[in-house]
Amino acid sequence: MRAGEIRVAINSDQDIVTARQRGRALATELGFSTGDATLIATAISELARNIVSYARKGEISLKMVHGSSRQGVLIIASDSGPGIRDIRQAMRDGFSTSGSLGLGLPGVRRLMDEFEITSEPGQGTIVTVKKWKQ
Amino acid sequence: MEVPILKQGEVLIATFQAALSDADLEHLRRGLVQQVVKLRSRGVIVDVTAMDVMDSFASRTLREIAHMIRLRGAETVIVGIQPEVAFAMVQLGLTLEDVATALDLEEGLAYLTQKFKNPD
Repeated sequence: MRAGEIRVAINSDQDIVTARQRGRALATELGFSTGDATLIATAISELARNIVSYARKGEISLKMVHGSSRQGVLIIASDSGPGIRDIRQAMRDGFSTSGSLGLGLPGVRRLMDEFEITSEPGQGTIVTVKKWKQ
Repeated sequence: MEVPILKQGEVLIATFQAALSDADLEHLRRGLVQQVVKLRSRGVIVDVTAMDVMDSFASRTLREIAHMIRLRGAETVIVGIQPEVAFAMVQLGLTLEDVATALDLEEGLAYLTQKFKNPD
């Protein structure tokens, strides 16, 4: 089993595809079901798309994590973009400042088991999500 | 990336591949609408069986394709959305709204044939 971390630089729409393919491969390798691997790949696609839309560049990092009795996958999407002024507003369904569908963050939270976001205007945004193996 | 577009009578069949980038999807949208105009097609089937992720951008592009083609006076049906992809789309909050869907190519063709006979 692969140890360590997979890091994918996100600079273009092609990198969105690469990141979600790497995520699906890791989830499959860790024994996630096809359904859960699809949820993980979809979440990565949305997180990477947020980076491209709002910050232009950033990084998606993927790695295996151990809980008390289970394994999971940890995804960190980070950028040094403009940041989010009002996180509560950004977490509401339908909110968007880039003319996208505005489903990104609340949708990703529904796809995953754990969700954390930190953002500083002018500094960037870090979204950390986890999915546990059933 | 070139997406194969087949002509079957009055119907065009476009088969989407697994790893389409946003640029590929936009290219496709343009190509498909142009073909509908050029060939005077009455129906379009978009086969997404191979797509393993349908995120917000892909869903929006499919909706736009269907709406543009409807403005041309033709019908679109999306076929082959995989069960796990459908599950992820619903969790994410994505819908295809008023775009027709069918299980597979065969049912998609049956839907269009019916539509041509009884336009509502």
